[in-house]
Amino acid sequence: MSMPFYVSPEQVMKDRADYARKGIARGRSLVALECAPGVLIVADNPSRTLSKISEIYDRIAFAAVGKYNEFQMLRVAGVRHADLKGFSYSREDVSAKELANAYAQTLGQVFTHEMKPYEVELLVAEVGGPDDDHAEMYHVLYDGVVMDEQDYSVLGGQAEQITEALKEEYAQNMSLGDALKLGAKVLGSDEGPLTADQLEVALLDRAKPRRAFRRIKGDELAGLLA
Amino acid sequence: MSDPSALPLFSGTVDPGPSFADLLRHVAPHQLPGAGVNRETTNLDVPHGTTVVAIRFANGVIMAGDRRATAGYMIASRRIEKVFAADDFSGVSIAGAAGPAVEMVKLFQVQLEHYEKVQGEVLSLEGKANQLGQLVRANLPAAMQGLAVVPLFAGYDTARERGRVFSYDVTGGRYEELDFQAQGSGSIHARNWIKAGWIEGMSADDAISLAIASLFAAADEDVATGGPDLVRRIFPTVAVIDADGYRALVDDDVETRSQQLLQGAERGGRES
Repeated sequence: MSMPFYVSPEQVMKDRADYARKGIARGRSLVALECAPGVLIVADNPSRTLSKISEIYDRIAFAAVGKYNEFQMLRVAGVRHADLKGFSYSREDVSAKELANAYAQTLGQVFTHEMKPYEVELLVAEVGGPDDDHAEMYHVLYDGVVMDEQDYSVLGGQAEQITEALKEEYAQNMSLGDALKLGAKVLGSDEGPLTADQLEVALLDRAKPRRAFRRIKGDELAGLLA
Repeated sequence: MSDPSALPLFSGTVDPGPSFADLLRHVAPHQLPGAGVNRETTNLDVPHGTTVVAIRFANGVIMAGDRRATAGYMIASRRIEKVFAADDFSGVSIAGAAGPAVEMVKLFQVQLEHYEKVQGEVLSLEGKANQLGQLVRANLPAAMQGLAVVPLFAGYDTARERGRVFSYDVTGGRYEELDFQAQGSGSIHARNWIKAGWIEGMSADDAISLAIASLFAAADEDVATGGPDLVRRIFPTVAVIDADGYRALVDDDVETRSQQLLQGAERGGRES
């Protein structure tokens, strides 16, 4: 009779964490920056069609790095969660905090109970209305850990270096153009900042009345980077 | 859904895809419009919305509705709104049982936005019209018990660059109208009025005047349709949908236009 190997829980968790981290590190990074018009999300993403950033609800955006099919599934689940809640209660009862908690529950559950953890990191961001300067950013890790971040949030394999760079250069209340240039710079390399065709950019625009999410692309993006 | 705070996740075959109505059917069917209606539900004197119109003009469509809801012989509301934005380029207006109708509009609005967010692209105008037909059809059991909802749907077709009008019957049958349509208890009077005044290529201003006048004509002949209320300053709801999107006219604007019509040449005679 064969004996099952004993593996300590510490080892199991460490192996899973290493596995998830490796998967995430293979992908490209993204940054979210609080700036004067709202929250700007800048992703290193050369694809024109496969997005890493998207709209969840009126004031809430979603961004992710890691395995595309996994975060895509989580994104759709988030849209469903928010729309169901807004439909049964009221649009103003949908919050980023609650959504981040739901993501944390799911990711944590999968991390401890399933064979394979999700190889993703998520960002849930929310802005207030035109006369309300609050903004929230929740960074959810592959194991369900949630971090409530201020000023900026960095997701992906190169997060440490990028965070170091942002510590030096981030300033509050930057204009949209300045924030965008900073994002392109910190995501770039020694050879220079990323260019318009390497970036996916979206803004949670505080000034917009209901749906705050809008993509910045094409001529507008090139103009702001120039 | 057992735990409302958990994420709604589905495995392959039961995944509702980009349809919010199907999602609701899976996780909270009791929240669908018309849920809970059964055979004992008959002859309820619930508030009913009355007359709405949609008129195509040169660059888009006008939607308008009177403001009255009636429950039997009682005026249930003098200020009900029956014209709503469905999304940025389309609108929906309702006649029939007000409760289920407002629920259906709310579901339809979420349905369109949900599709857009899940799929990352906007439905075609025709696609939106068909979706509304499905919601009307799903309400058929309630319609059989006297809670019918019959909407009008109109929008600006960004692909074809023109306004389009769709009407429905209680079974969800969807009919595209060439130029205009009216729905509700006063619809026959409103439609005849529009028919007499409609001109191909008319301007937005002319179409708005025609819409407001047609609702006054309907109110003149149909007790359930609310006319211009000069004492309380209540006038119809009017929205314009064109290449710039959906925009509702502010009350003061509609009042000014209504007053101009009322002071204009008398049409239709003093009798009958």
